[in-house]
Amino acid sequence: MKELEYPFDKNYILSKKKSIKRQLLSQNTKFTEKRIAILGGSTTNDIKALLDLFLLNIGIKAEFYESEYNKYYEDAMFDPAELVEFKPDVIFIHTTSVNIKAFPSVRDSVSEVQDKLETVYSEFERMWAHLSEVYHCPIIQNNFEYPNVRLLGNSDAVNIHGKVNFINRLNARFADYAATHDNFYIHDINYLAARIGLDNFFDPFYWYMYKYAVAVPAIAEFSYSLSHIIKAIYGKNKKAFVLDLDNTLWGGIVGDDGPENLEIGKETAEGEAFLAFQEYIKSHKDIGVLLNVSSKNEEENALAGLNHAEGALKPEDFTLIKANWEPKAVNVQTIADELSLGVDSFVFVDDNPAEREIVEANIKGIAVPAITSSDKYMRDIDRHGYFEVLKLSDDDLSRNEMYKANIKRAETMKSFVDYGEYLKSLEMKAVIKPFEPVYMARIAQLTNKSNQFNLTTKRYSQAEIEEAAQNRLTFYGKLSDKFGDNGVVTVAIGRVEGTICHMELWLMSCRVLKRDMELALLDEIVHTCKEHGVTQIRGYYYPTAKNAMVKEFYKGLGFDKVAEDENGNTEWSLDISGNYEDRNKVIAIEK
Amino acid sequence: MTREEAYEKLNEVFRDVFDDEEIVVNDATTANDIEDWDSLEHINLVVAVEKCFGIKFNMGEVAKLKNVGEMMDLILNKIG
Repeated sequence: MKELEYPFDKNYILSKKKSIKRQLLSQNTKFTEKRIAILGGSTTNDIKALLDLFLLNIGIKAEFYESEYNKYYEDAMFDPAELVEFKPDVIFIHTTSVNIKAFPSVRDSVSEVQDKLETVYSEFERMWAHLSEVYHCPIIQNNFEYPNVRLLGNSDAVNIHGKVNFINRLNARFADYAATHDNFYIHDINYLAARIGLDNFFDPFYWYMYKYAVAVPAIAEFSYSLSHIIKAIYGKNKKAFVLDLDNTLWGGIVGDDGPENLEIGKETAEGEAFLAFQEYIKSHKDIGVLLNVSSKNEEENALAGLNHAEGALKPEDFTLIKANWEPKAVNVQTIADELSLGVDSFVFVDDNPAEREIVEANIKGIAVPAITSSDKYMRDIDRHGYFEVLKLSDDDLSRNEMYKANIKRAETMKSFVDYGEYLKSLEMKAVIKPFEPVYMARIAQLTNKSNQFNLTTKRYSQAEIEEAAQNRLTFYGKLSDKFGDNGVVTVAIGRVEGTICHMELWLMSCRVLKRDMELALLDEIVHTCKEHGVTQIRGYYYPTAKNAMVKEFYKGLGFDKVAEDENGNTEWSLDISGNYEDRNKVIAIEK
Repeated sequence: MTREEAYEKLNEVFRDVFDDEEIVVNDATTANDIEDWDSLEHINLVVAVEKCFGIKFNMGEVAKLKNVGEMMDLILNKIG
């Protein structure tokens, strides 16, 4: 819903929240349901109400637990029955500077100030440790905004007795904890308050009247920012850009003006703004975002523009470049198909409002930021939090290369008549092993990101993945070939009961479709099952809006359908009591 | 703006905030007359009224309000 996308009208959202909610619920969306516990150090009512709207808008239907006013610590430490039974999927600790119980006084000695810092910090750390032990779910914690007044003026930041100084040090401790603990995320209200203005973020009026530590008019920004973290946890980040060229990545029309006359580079104000924007876009490659072009241009002109000596982006920075006269919606669809990504994983950036409107109207779920003027493009995109990073993996750094290797594979494939011969020519090697500590984060990430080749679409937190490693048969698979390493691309989890192994999870990244990796995995599952005295493997398929491609997956592997219900959920069985011949003939398995 | 005109606008604000197209308020209306009007919704009402009339209440004023009539007096007073 456009009303809930940046730049939104916060007053409209606040005053219309009930009717907006009704509209969101009446849309025919298949929601992911999540339980979110809010442990508040101040009033949280409207924070919850607006978070609810922003989450509904991205397909998450939340049920909430709210602690009693300012009972966050008690709720966190003493396991109230209501919270335990609620079984939160996410816990959000809403504390702000009003919850800092011991600020230094100017009379304190250096060691007294240090003690106070330790006291305040350790209370939080105890909560986080306890919550994570009891609930095994992601925890989101606000850091602290600056105080609204400063006794020491500018020295407040410098002098150890200053509140600003104290908050800076606390925030650094929070960040250290987040950097070294999985499943723990900082909601950076310090940045948010700076961005919207501290006086807008905290207003004594709302604090004294209603005990709102976030001023009511700032709650929309607050909840929006919070929703980005939850969105990222549940794999709803965007994955790729489709970018226009003329007047988007440079000033001017390359076909008319010629590449030498484009506004790009340090020579002019406009050129500088476009250069900064190119650098900003390019930096997304490092967090695993794929860059693509859709431009109404002759290809040679498009490439000439991208090869401009002053530009930051070069043709090789892009995964796919579609410079032609097709409608852009067609190009976006082609790009999505070639990359095996859903169209809703894309952010479409174009300076032309007419193009934006057509793409938005024709492609369901695509993000189309309303970019305004070249000096503001970055901001117009950034505020949406499309690519909220939770944790950087090596995979993110090399994702662009992986997709490019895939495109080379596709070119190679054209030279083969026989698909089997092509697969052999790839010289594929796989590692398939039980879950290992170094891959837990990536495995959890995959369970939350994979939608298409995913039989049960069961989402796991990292804590749950670690638990599965203890009490389930677990498998992760890495695949590499002569074009490059794809990293961890497939995951399966089986629960053994007697002589039957129930496959609770089986997923694969779409970038290795049709490479027989699923056969290699089946072989390993069968071998492992046999070692555990299993004679029958049960597969499950639960249909979602996105996983139709694996509807007949188990059938293809030779399983027999044993059950089907009215929702299309199917259950499959494979007898492995006899001899088993390996299905995979093209991938070498490294032991 | 006459009191009647101001009430037209105020009714709209109430209808939005409480999501009820039927609401009509008058001088005597209090929180007891509107089902969802609790202290937490009150804050939304105050913010919406401020926005609608382009005014700002101070803390003491909001705390003292007893019914919609008093709120209207305050609004008319502020918009002059």
